[in-house]
This record gives sequence, C-alpha cells and structure tokens, in this order.
Amino acid sequence: MTLQADQMDRTDAVADDSATVSEAMAEGRAAMTADVPKAYRLKSRKRELLETVLPPALLGGLFLAFWYYLSLVVIDEGRRFLLKPPHEVLNVGFLDSENLTEMLTALWSSTKVALIGLAIAISIGFFLAIIMSQAKVLERAVFPFMVTLQAIPILAIVPLIGFWWGYGQTSRVVVCIIISLFPIIVNTLFGLLSADRAMHDLFTLHQANRLTRLRKLMFPAALPAVFAGLRISAGLSVIGAIVGDFFFGRGEVGIGQLLRRYANNLNGEELLASVILSSALGIVVFWTFGWLQNAVIGKWHEAVQK
Amino acid sequence: MTTVSTNGALSFDGIGMIFPDGTEALQEITLSIDKGDFVTVVGPSGCGKSTLLRIASGLLQPTAGSVAVDRARLGYVFQDATLLPWRTVRQNVELLAELHGFDSAERKRLSSAAIDLVGLNGFENHYPKSLSGGMKMRTSLARTLTLKPPVFLFDEPFGAVDEITREHLNEETQRLFQSEGFAGLFITHSIREAVFMSTKVYVMSARPGRIVAEYDIPFDYPRQPELRFDPDFAMLSGEVSQALRGSHS
Repeated sequence: MTLQADQMDRTDAVADDSATVSEAMAEGRAAMTADVPKAYRLKSRKRELLETVLPPALLGGLFLAFWYYLSLVVIDEGRRFLLKPPHEVLNVGFLDSENLTEMLTALWSSTKVALIGLAIAISIGFFLAIIMSQAKVLERAVFPFMVTLQAIPILAIVPLIGFWWGYGQTSRVVVCIIISLFPIIVNTLFGLLSADRAMHDLFTLHQANRLTRLRKLMFPAALPAVFAGLRISAGLSVIGAIVGDFFFGRGEVGIGQLLRRYANNLNGEELLASVILSSALGIVVFWTFGWLQNAVIGKWHEAVQK
Repeated sequence: MTTVSTNGALSFDGIGMIFPDGTEALQEITLSIDKGDFVTVVGPSGCGKSTLLRIASGLLQPTAGSVAVDRARLGYVFQDATLLPWRTVRQNVELLAELHGFDSAERKRLSSAAIDLVGLNGFENHYPKSLSGGMKMRTSLARTLTLKPPVFLFDEPFGAVDEITREHLNEETQRLFQSEGFAGLFITHSIREAVFMSTKVYVMSARPGRIVAEYDIPFDYPRQPELRFDPDFAMLSGEVSQALRGSHS
C-alpha cells in the first residue's frame, strides 16, 4: 500500500506536469489563433469539444457492444445468467423500484460507514502528522509502526477486527480507518514539511513561535498534499466499508452484504447493478474531494487540476 | 558571539566561519556599515556572501569574531521572493506586522504605505501565482519595508529577474535607500548593480571569502539610469571587475 500511495503521488505529479504543458500549449494556440477570423475559431472550439467528448463516448459504446456480444452471442441461453445484457441490468437493477430502494438503502449505509471511518482517520492522521512534524525524533518513533500497520494485508486483519469489535458497524468503521489512515498521515506530514527553508528563516527572523509557524506557514503549505491524500483515502475508505460489510455480513445491510447475497442467489442483474453503484459511489467521493480541493486552494495553488 | 552596540548600524569584527563539514566559508571579515551607507559585497558564486548575511541576521552563528547590530528591526530580503502563495499581495505585505502583533488598522496603514512605495497599487488582491518575477520581488521589498528597518540586508534579490526589470529594481532600491534612510548591505555578483546602487563596494575572494578590495562610489544620489553609460561609471566597474578577476584566479 505504501508503494501504491507512492505511485499514485507520482502519477499525480506527472498529471500536474502534463497539465502545465498542455496549458502552455493551449496558450500558444490561443496566441496563434488571435488573428484568425472568428468563424474559424468558433468552429475549432466546437471541434475541440467534439475531440474531448467523442473518444470516451466511442469507447463506451464499444464497451456496451462488446458486452452485448458476450452476453447474446458468446454465452449460450442456458448460461446467460452469468452475464445479463445491459438493458436487463438496467431494467431489473435500476428501474425496478423495489430493487433500487434496497440497493440505495444499503449504499447509504455503507456511505455512512465510509464517512465516519474517514472522519476518524482524518482526525487521527492529522494529529499524528502534526506530532511527527514537530520533532524528527517523534517522526522516527512513529513512522515504522505506521508502515507496519499499512503492511498488514487488510484481509488478514479483518477476522481479528471482528473478533475484537464484533460483527456490526463498529468493526466496519475500524476497517475503514485502518485502510485509509496511511495516505493521510504520509501526505499531511509531507505537506507540513514542504515549506522551504527561506520561508522558515523569515519566520525565525521575526521570532514566530511554534504555534504561529504551524498556523501561518506549515498548515497552509500542507493543504495541496493533504488534499492529494484525502482523495486517495476517501476512495480507500469506500472500499473498506464494502469489504468490512462483505466479510462480517451482519448488522445493518450494506452494499457488501447485498453483493454477497446477490452472488449466492445468482441474481446477475442486481449483482452488476450494485457493482456499478459501488463504483459510482467511489467516483462521487473522489470527485467531491477534487471539488473541495479546488474550492479551498484553487485560487492560489499553481497546479490545481481543472 | 557577542552583540555589542557601536556607532555603526551594523559591523562585523573578524568574522570567520567554518562549517561542521570542514568547509571554510569566511575568513577575517571586518567591515562596518553606518547610517547612510549602502554597501555591496560582490564576489564569485559560492564565496560565502550569503553566509555573511545569515550571520548578520543571527540565523547562523560565526565560528570566530562578533557582529554588532540591532536585531529587533532587521530587514532581510531573500534571494527568492519567499511569498506565501496562499496570501494575496496585501496579506503577504502584512505578514511581518502580523508576526509582530500590530492590530489590523495599523497593519493596513503600514501595508498601504509600503505598497505605494514599491508601486504595486492595484495589485493588492492578486495572488503570487499571477505576478511576474519583478512584481514578486517588489512585494517582498514592500513586506520588508512595513517594519521600517534601520538596517536592510539584501541577499542577491534580483538574480532571477530579467535585465531590464533588474535595472528598474536597482533604480527603485536606491530611491528607497534615499527616501527611507536605511543602512543597506547588498550581496550580488553583478558589478553593474553593485556600482550603480552603492556608496561602497567590497570585493570578496573565492572560498574562503575574504575582503580583497574596497571602492568608494562617489556618484550623487538620486542616480539616473543614464549613469550606467557614464565613462566614470565604466571605469569604476572595470576596476571592480579587475579586482574580482584577480581574486578568482
């Protein structure tokens, strides 16, 4: 997971770079087209829109076509329950109000678990990161344990969590915390330590105390990295909520329990529909934090993704 | 190190600096800057010029010698503008007043005056990311001006801006030197910049940094941009350049 977070960071950095490059290119293009007649520019703008929308739409269409092909041509009638065609998933999974209510209720339950877990992970993560940012010795003391926690495969520790906290909501929340804690700590700590030396010198020259330095320099400087961490952790927390529910299988019905039940009962349509809903939840959470990031630091941060 | 008060605004007495890794950065630096002085130290890159400023400001303790200066109101202009990107120009300019506990009305008054002095009116609500390099540096200058420091330390502040902007900033710095009446210690490796602004130029040798030559610059203030084409200016610059080359080989 360390590696994964690391890689995601790196991908982020690459994405930032490419954003800058494409921005610069867009500027260049704008400058070049300044003298071009308006009608032509309008046309090229329309073309640009087409260029951004068309490729994913085409690929999506191809995907649906392939799905149909698998479902109706490759799989014979008797085994079609394995992969129902898209329109049946739509009809049974999303347009049947009873099924939909059941799924949305479960989804809401899992969302609550994910959000509570995330909130607790954020509190613990911020606290630990701030502590670790204050003295190298504390960082050295805490960090190995964080890495150890992160290195435990979540599936290995899930039975233990159930053993200690029972098989209800609490255990699911604990799974969410454990799975989403590490990226928050690592990114927050990295962010807190990211203000450069000259800035610290400035605060030193003017006798700023520890708290002032933290409040006016280190916190704001940490925000971009904190948001990068939050986006990763929010997604992980959703996964944690579903995994926990799937394994414990008791208490308030979440999306994990539904997935298991549908799979056991060979309800292909509902199974696919709830998989789609779960990923939609992940996307919404990811997108929400992206939006929040833009709202909080978009005004001043150099490389906020649009 | 002792910090004794003398007549001068800032004085170094036999400063030596050897870093823990054994690098000797400075050797026997003795110089004094009084009110009304604008002193520039020119030297090759890595000769320990910046180390001298860090010692003056107390960010670094010298391994030999002593510094006399009133640290309570020391102005320090960094190599980079070191603006806080999440603060607007005005909020950045107000930072030091904020750190020193001025109330908001006083901060506003100080920042407005400083923004006026550097000609950034109309940009108060801009964030650093939308400013040019020169404007960032002006913001940094304005920030330092708010506290009206009697001693100004400049750590090669205009190295990253283009030539024309640099000349403008030099003209403004010497104008501020005149209007605000501070004592200045300026670090650079640009001879033109040094001769244009200063009352006195010291040449520092390559590591370990020692003062190898000093020149009084006699031109009257305010100095006009045309001064750079004056034969006397060229001659003095030539002499400084000679000294610098001599120290380098």
